[in-house]
Amino acid sequence: MFARVTLTALAAGVIAGVFLWAAHMVLTTPLIQAAEVYESASAHAAAPGHAASEHGQAASEDDFRRHGLTLLMDVLTGVGFAFILSGLLSLTNLAVDWRNGLLWGLGGFAAFFIAPSLGLPPKLPGMETASLDMRQVWWLATAAATVAGLGLIFLSGTAVLRAAGVVLIVLPQVVGAPGMESAFEPGGVPAELAARFVIATTVATGLFWMVLGAFSGYFYNRFDQNRDYDNG
Amino acid sequence: MLSTSKSQAKSQTLAASQTDALASGTSRFAPALFALLFGSFMILGVGFANSAAIHDAAHDGRHALSFPCH
Repeated sequence: MFARVTLTALAAGVIAGVFLWAAHMVLTTPLIQAAEVYESASAHAAAPGHAASEHGQAASEDDFRRHGLTLLMDVLTGVGFAFILSGLLSLTNLAVDWRNGLLWGLGGFAAFFIAPSLGLPPKLPGMETASLDMRQVWWLATAAATVAGLGLIFLSGTAVLRAAGVVLIVLPQVVGAPGMESAFEPGGVPAELAARFVIATTVATGLFWMVLGAFSGYFYNRFDQNRDYDNG
Repeated sequence: MLSTSKSQAKSQTLAASQTDALASGTSRFAPALFALLFGSFMILGVGFANSAAIHDAAHDGRHALSFPCH
């Protein structure tokens, strides 16, 4: 069982992580680099990721290192989410293949992107709001509550628990994310760029979760020695 | 005679599959918990760790995945 869960997470996570990196390189990283031109010379400006772009040899070497690190982090992200997903597959013990794996992936997209982004939309460098600690706490609480809520709605089987699941999903949104009051103030980044970034991140992350879910379902089914699931 | 042995074999298979089901119930829990904790630990590291080095390496990915950044 350890082997099945671990192999599923590693195989699906690496595939989805490399896919995420490709999607980031095509869709989001060009927008982040464009936004850095507008980012004010603040404390962040000293960080390598924010170094003012220079033309020539130095810049291309910086880009090589930067995009290499993004590949590493995207693969680690893919494997991390894949471990969470395969852990849930093992816990629930439902029959799974790539098709309903896709549905699990959409659940992950809802919990780890859509729900947190309702309060804390994807931001380019230079569009900053409330304190980082508060936003991280709200983000994690919202993702956890949405996972639990989706679990209750789809897996509990009783009306009362399903209703509790809806409450769990709605509650963090009602409480509201920190910094919502400044959400409509103009920032330092052009609105067109910010709008394109929201679409780009949504598409990239949505495709990533579909790939991750489908491959997790495929490998979890493939690595099943006993076919011991009970069809829920 | 033949049918008796068949039914014996059938009941043995049934008993075996019930034992499997029981075993899978307990042996499933530990790997599932391990995977959930390990995966959460990785995501906290990649997406939420405040270390400057990790932040800089993960910067573009954090923005693109809508993790809170800066």
